[in-house]
Amino acid sequence: MEKFMLIFQGGMSSENSSPEFMQAQMGKWMAWIEKLSKAGKYVSGEPLLPGGKLIKGKSKTVTDGPYTEGKEVVGGFFIVNAENYDEAVKLCDDYPGYEYGGTIQVRQVMKMDM
Amino acid sequence: MAGSSTVNQIVDHLFRHESGRMVSVLSRLLGFQNLEAAQDIVQDTLLQAMNTWGYNGIPENPSAWLYRVAKNKAIDLLRRQKKFKEISPQYSYLLQSEYTLSSTVNNFFLDDEIQDSQLRMMFACSHPSIPEESQIALTLKTLCGLSIHEIAKAFLTNDETIGKRIYRAKEKIISEKIELSVPQGKELPQRLDVVLKCLYLLFNEGYNSSHPDKLIREDLCEEAIRLTYLLTLHPDTNVSRANALLSLMCFQASRLQARVDDKGNIVLLKYQDRSKWYKPLIERGTVYLEFASELGEASSYHIEAAIASLHAVAPTFEQTDWRSIYHLYESLYEMQPAPIVALNKAIASAYAVSKENALEQLLKIKGLEDYYLYHTSIGEIYFEMKDKKKAKKFYETALRLTSSHQEQELLMKKISSCDAV
Repeated sequence: MEKFMLIFQGGMSSENSSPEFMQAQMGKWMAWIEKLSKAGKYVSGEPLLPGGKLIKGKSKTVTDGPYTEGKEVVGGFFIVNAENYDEAVKLCDDYPGYEYGGTIQVRQVMKMDM
Repeated sequence: MAGSSTVNQIVDHLFRHESGRMVSVLSRLLGFQNLEAAQDIVQDTLLQAMNTWGYNGIPENPSAWLYRVAKNKAIDLLRRQKKFKEISPQYSYLLQSEYTLSSTVNNFFLDDEIQDSQLRMMFACSHPSIPEESQIALTLKTLCGLSIHEIAKAFLTNDETIGKRIYRAKEKIISEKIELSVPQGKELPQRLDVVLKCLYLLFNEGYNSSHPDKLIREDLCEEAIRLTYLLTLHPDTNVSRANALLSLMCFQASRLQARVDDKGNIVLLKYQDRSKWYKPLIERGTVYLEFASELGEASSYHIEAAIASLHAVAPTFEQTDWRSIYHLYESLYEMQPAPIVALNKAIASAYAVSKENALEQLLKIKGLEDYYLYHTSIGEIYFEMKDKKKAKKFYETALRLTSSHQEQELLMKKISSCDAV
């Protein structure tokens, strides 16, 4: 079994959405995570607050950011178990963000064989 | 993630109802003129909940979680803007000092204070200087947590219309310097009447509208009941007519399931499956009507609730106490000589007195020429008097006047039964 990281970009922020809509949206996330957990696929996940810091160069200059477009903001990530990319992609079927412009980056975690 | 949390553990409409509570509390804290700032904080809070709960599961006490986040956001805002003197003069000195800031904000989120804030918000939204339709829209937006789009959908209109109504209300809040307070003394009864009227109209919007979406209709009724119930919890507003209105709503709402068939068609009282009437609501309606009678008073809500209670206890349509209902409509008509009351009175007369008397009353009514139910009712009487030709004529007029598919279907059925020999 391999580990994959699912990185969510956009698809969650909804400035004008109603409380009812947000609750429903949240319910979909929870149902998705529950499904992945029950299947033993879900390892962990964290949401990320907007904003952040960038540190760059030899002088380790710290700036605010990344200030990216709303749709590019990384809103959180999951670590999931999957046999291969095909399965990892399949696990993303129930991601509730697609219809609101969200995208998922799927990356395989490198195994360090000692 | 907390493994035990499941989606089903979260209460229906939690976000919506908490949104109403938090907007009320925060508007009281920041001043009603800053309603938008309060709404922004609530929006941010719910967004944060949506993002974190989705990943980490629902906290043990979701409401407390939301209040804590909203509180912190409010404190941040107050710290950033030191000029809150003009905003909330009553509390400004407490909010300016770091010593008292947090505890003052905390106090606003105590149970009693949340209720009190909602009550103040109800009076503010139903301020007499705000036009009626704007009152209802503002109530739904602030106290019930509906978005402009959802309100527009419920009222079968567009976002722009509702946006304008809310804008007009907000203009009045500023120009009339409307404050979040429960009126006292002589002013209270009059102001309370406006609040009750607003809730009555809100309920009717859900109950009488021919909105194709059953859930939306039920939501509006439920919200109206929730807010009217809130009035009965506070000694200042737990008056006889508030109980009577709540009783009326409970009785009417008990029939919501029986009122629409599987295909979404409206089922007239006469043809409703009475076993589908929701008993617990009928019981509640009876209790509130008893409270209302004990507290002594006779408002139109009392009479309407009494009429609804007679329908609720009748085992069949035929066994309904039509005579009492007719007399109640007579009293109601004396109080409110409106054509719609006259219509109901005339319909009751058909069963309590005679069809001839009902017809005579119906034909005298002025002002309902454009109302399909008026023509349907006359058609009904003619139909039962076996004058199918005249019945058909009135059904056809009714058919032209209603835009509801359900009503149209019902009328078409009636028209074809007039043609059948």
